[in-house]
Amino acid sequence: MQSSKRILSVVIALALSFVALAGRSTVNAQDTKLSGKLEIMSWWVGDEAPALKALTDLFAKQYPDIKLTNSGVAGGSGIAAQAVLKTRMLGGTPPDTFQVHAGQELIGSWVAADRMEPLDDLFKGEGWDKKFPQGLIDLLSSKGHIWSVPVNIHRANVLWYIPANLKKWGVDVPKTWDEFFKTADALKAKGVTAIAIGPSWTQVHLFETVLLSTLGPDDYVGLWQGKVKFTDDRVKAAFTTYGKILDYANKDMDSLGDWVPAAQLLVDGKAAFQVMGDWEAGWFKAVKKMEPTTGFGWSAAPGTDGSFDMLSDSFGLPKGAPDRDNTIAWLKLLGSVAGQDAFNPLKGSIPARIDADVTNTKLYNAYSQSAAVEWAKDKIVPSLWHGAAAPDSFKNDFVTVLQVFAAQRDADAAVAASQGLADLSGIGK
Amino acid sequence: MTNVLRRMPIYVLLLILVAAFLIPVYLVITTSLKTPEEINLLEVWRLPATINITSFQEAFGTLLPYLINSLMVTIPATIISAMLGSVNGYVLSKWRFPGSNIIFPLMLFGMFIPYQSILIPLFQTLKSLNLYGGLGGLTLAHVVYGLPITTLIFRNYYAEVPTEMIEAGQIDGADFFGIYRDILFPLSIPGFVVVIIWQFTQIWNEYLFAVTLTNTESWPITVELSQLGAGQAINYSVQMAGAFLTALPTLIVYIFLGRYFIRGLLAGSVKG
Amino acid sequence: MVRMTKDRWTAVAMITPSIILLGIFVYGFIAQTAWTSLTNWGTPGGAASLAEHPVIDFVGLKNYQDLFTGFNPRFRLDLVNEVFFTALFLAACLGLGLLMAILLDQKVRGESLFRTVFLFPMALSFVVTGTIWRWLFAPNGGLNVLPSSIVNAFSPNSPISPLPFEWFTSKSKLLTMHWHDVLTIVGVAILLFMFAVASTYWFKRRNLTVIFVVVLSSLAGVFIIGGNNIPSFVANEVHGLNVAIISIVIAATWQMSGYTMAIYLAGLRGIPDELREAARVDGATEFQVYRYVILPLLQPITLSAAIILGHISLKIFDLVYVMAGDGNLQVDVPGVNMYLTAFRANNFALGSAIAMIMLLLVAVIIVPYLYTSLRGEKHA
Repeated sequence: MQSSKRILSVVIALALSFVALAGRSTVNAQDTKLSGKLEIMSWWVGDEAPALKALTDLFAKQYPDIKLTNSGVAGGSGIAAQAVLKTRMLGGTPPDTFQVHAGQELIGSWVAADRMEPLDDLFKGEGWDKKFPQGLIDLLSSKGHIWSVPVNIHRANVLWYIPANLKKWGVDVPKTWDEFFKTADALKAKGVTAIAIGPSWTQVHLFETVLLSTLGPDDYVGLWQGKVKFTDDRVKAAFTTYGKILDYANKDMDSLGDWVPAAQLLVDGKAAFQVMGDWEAGWFKAVKKMEPTTGFGWSAAPGTDGSFDMLSDSFGLPKGAPDRDNTIAWLKLLGSVAGQDAFNPLKGSIPARIDADVTNTKLYNAYSQSAAVEWAKDKIVPSLWHGAAAPDSFKNDFVTVLQVFAAQRDADAAVAASQGLADLSGIGK
Repeated sequence: MTNVLRRMPIYVLLLILVAAFLIPVYLVITTSLKTPEEINLLEVWRLPATINITSFQEAFGTLLPYLINSLMVTIPATIISAMLGSVNGYVLSKWRFPGSNIIFPLMLFGMFIPYQSILIPLFQTLKSLNLYGGLGGLTLAHVVYGLPITTLIFRNYYAEVPTEMIEAGQIDGADFFGIYRDILFPLSIPGFVVVIIWQFTQIWNEYLFAVTLTNTESWPITVELSQLGAGQAINYSVQMAGAFLTALPTLIVYIFLGRYFIRGLLAGSVKG
Repeated sequence: MVRMTKDRWTAVAMITPSIILLGIFVYGFIAQTAWTSLTNWGTPGGAASLAEHPVIDFVGLKNYQDLFTGFNPRFRLDLVNEVFFTALFLAACLGLGLLMAILLDQKVRGESLFRTVFLFPMALSFVVTGTIWRWLFAPNGGLNVLPSSIVNAFSPNSPISPLPFEWFTSKSKLLTMHWHDVLTIVGVAILLFMFAVASTYWFKRRNLTVIFVVVLSSLAGVFIIGGNNIPSFVANEVHGLNVAIISIVIAATWQMSGYTMAIYLAGLRGIPDELREAARVDGATEFQVYRYVILPLLQPITLSAAIILGHISLKIFDLVYVMAGDGNLQVDVPGVNMYLTAFRANNFALGSAIAMIMLLLVAVIIVPYLYTSLRGEKHA
C-alpha cells in the first residue's frame, strides 16, 4: 500500500512537472512580463512610416512594458541607413535588430563577417519552415543556416501610370519596350515625358527590369549564378534599350532627391510611366489618397510579364544585441500572421507568409491582391539593386558602369566592365 | 562731374556683384517663409504670400537636438585647442631648443592634409578607445587637428611681441610660466578672440568627421541638415529654414566680430 | 648648439604633448593609411572588413593598379574632374577676388558694407552652401527661371522662356580625349616641369638636381610607358571637361572668392601710394599703373592664394556630396569617392589608396610652399 502511494506521488509529480515545463514554453511565447527597451533600425521613416507604426503599435499592445525606438534614417532603398548601421556595428554598439534586404545584402556582409546569430531555432520553433515559400527560405539561408525573418515581399518590375491621364493622351499601356517606344513618340508629340526616372539607384532599378526583359527569368537567374555572362548579346541589348529609354525620360533625373519626386511627375501629369517597386502603391494610397485601378494603374514592366522580380525586407539578430529577449519577441511578431497582416496593407507589399489573409479585401487592396496572385504563379527572380541577387560591392560599382554608359552610350565597354566587376565580386563562384 | 561719371561704372559693377552674392540669401529667406504648398519650382522667385514661420518652427524643432550636439563639441574643442595653441605658440615663438625649427613646419603640415588620409586610422583608434560614435571622440579629433592652425595664429601673434619685453621679464626673475602668466597672457586677448572665432566657425561647419565618426544621436547639426534633404518627400521650405538656422551662429559671429574672423582667415597666408 | 636651461626644458615639456598627439594623429595615421592601401582589407574577395578580426594580407600596389587601370572607371573620372575643377575654381576665385579687391580699393563709399557682403559666404558651411545651390541649380527652376521671373514681374505673359542650362545634371563633355592620352599628357607634363626646375637649379645644387631628375623621369616613364600597356577598354575610355562641374565651380567661387578679395585688398593696401604716384607722374594711365606696377607686386599673394585654394579644392568633399549626391559621376571628385569606397562599400584598402593619392597631390603643392615661405622667414 505504501509503495503504490509512493508510485502514485511520483507519477503525479512527474505529470505536474511535465505540465509545468510545457506550460512554461507557452508562457514564454507570450511573456507579457518582458520589459526594458528595444532598439530597431529601419529606414521606414517619413512616407513609409505608417506601415512600421502599425507593427510597433501591435508590438506595444502585446508588450506594453517594452519601450521601442527606431534609430533609422530616411533614404530610399536604405543607403543612408546602412551607413549608420555600419558605424554602430563597428563601434561595438549594435542595435537590437535592423532592417536589411533578404539575400546577399545581409549574407555577403554581416553574415560573412560572422556578426549575426543564426535563426534556425526560431524558425523551427514557430513552424516557419512551412509558412514561407521554399525559394524565399533559400534566399535567406547560407551555410545551412537561416539569417533573417522576412516581413514582406515587394515586386520591383512594375510599371505605374495614371489611367485618367493615359485616357486623356489617348495611349495604351505598353507590354514590350518596342511598344513603349511607339507610345513614347506619341507622347513626345504632346509634350509629355514618356517615363519618369529618379537619381542613381532608381536608374539601376529600371535597368534590372530591362535586363530581365531581354534575358528572360531563367537566364536572368543564371546571370547571377555565373551561368550566363555579361558579355552575352542579350545583356548588350539591354544596355542599348536602356539608352533609348533615357532619351524619353525626364532630363532632370539626377537632381531629383529620390523616387518620390519622379512619381510626383506622374501625379502632376508631366510624365506618363514609371518603373518602380510596388512600394509606390503604398505611396499612392497612403500619401496621395488615390485608389487602385481608379486612381492609379499598374502592369508588369515591359517585357517581364510572368516574372516576379522580388525583394524582401527582413530583420535579423546581431550578435551582442543588448536586449536579446525583446528582440526575439519582435522577430516572432514580424513572422506572425498578425504582424504581417498589420504591416503589409499599409506598405503596399504582400506578406511573405503563404497563410496570410490576402483575400481579405478589408486589408489588402486591389493592387496587393493582384500582386499576391502573381507571387503564387510567376517565376521568382532576385532583385539586383535591392540586395537579393548580388553583393554590395558589385552593386555599388555597377552604378558607375550604368552612369558611364548613360553619358557615353558605349554598350561594348559597359558589358566588358560589368563582367570584370562580376568576376571581382565573385558572382557565380 | 566727370569724377562722378568716371566712378559710376565702379558702383554699378559693385552693385551687380552684391546682387549676385545675395541672390542665394533671397532664395533661402523667401523659401523658408513660404508654406510647403506654395513652393513650386517655376515660381521660386516669387515673394511669399504671407509670412509663414511654421517651417522655421519645424526646422528648429528637428534641428534642436543636433544643434546642442554641435555646441557640445564646438565649445570645448575650441577652448581646449585655443589654450594648447597659445602655449605652443609661446614656445615656438620665444624659445629656442634643438629641433625647434623643424617642429613648426612639421606641425603646420597637419593643417593642410586631406582628412581622408587619416580618416580610417582615426576611426579605428577611436573605436579601440571606446570613443567612437559619441561626442567625445569627435571633440578629441577636432582638438588634435585644430592644433596646427591655433599654434600658427598664436606663434605669429606672439612673434610680434618684442624680445626686449621677454628679456626684461627674465631679468626680473620670471621663469617660463612667469613670462607667460605676467607678460604674454595679458596681451593675448586679441589672439584668443581670433583663434576662438576661427575655430568655432571651422568646427561648427565641419562635415567629414561629423558624418564619419558619430552615431545618429550624436550627429552635429551639419549632418542633420544634409539628412533633411535626403528622404523621399523633401519639404523645401523646411530645408531652407534648416540651412538658415545652421548658418545662423557662425553668421552672427561673423557679422559682429567679422574683423577678427578675417584676421584668422588671413593667418595662414599673408606673412607678417 | 643651444645651451639647455631649465626654462628651455620646460618649453620642450610644454610642447611635447602636442608633438606626440600630432605625431600619432597626423604622421602615424598617414603611415597607417599608407600601409592599409597596400593590403586587401575590404576588397571584394579579400579580408572581410566588417568582421571583428579580419585576416589581412599584403598585396603591394594592386589597389593603385586597380584605380588607374581597373574595371571601375570612377577614380579616373574623378581625377580628370579634379584637375578641371581646380583649374576653373582657381581662375574664377583669383579673377573675381582680384576684381572685387580692385573695385574696393577705389576708395568707394560703404566699402565695409560691400566687404561684408562679399565675405559672408566664408562663414557658412559647405553643407549649407551645397543645400542652397542645389536648389538654385534645379534644372526646372531656380536660376533657370530667374530672368523670366524678373521680366514677368514687370510685364506678365512676356515670351521670355526659362534658361536651358542643365547645371550639374548635364552629361556633356568638352575637350574629350582617351585615358591613354591623359596618361601621356601627365607624363609629358612631369617631364616639362622637371626640365624647368632642373635647368634653374642645375648649376646651384647639382646633386639634388640629379636625384630630382632621376625621380621625375622615372615617374614620367611610368605614366608614358604604362599608358601603353593597359587594357584596351581602359585606354579608350573617354574623359574630358564635364560641363556639369561648372555648377560646382560657381557655388565654390561664391563661397571662397571673398577670401581672395580679402588678401588681395590687404596686398593692394600694402602698396605704397608713392609708387603709384610715381608711375602716374611718368605718364602712365590708370590701367597701365595696374598692369605694370601693381599686379606684378601682387604675384606673391596670387601664388599664396592659389596654393591655399588649390589644397582646399583637391580635398573637396562636402560641397559636392551635398549638392550632387553620391551617384553623379559628372561631378564626382576623389574626396567623395574615398568616403563612399571606405565607409559605404567598406573597402578600406581601396579607400586608403585613394586617400594616399589625394595626400600626394596636396603634398606636391604644400611642401614646396611651406619650405620656401618658412625659409624666407628665417632669412628675413
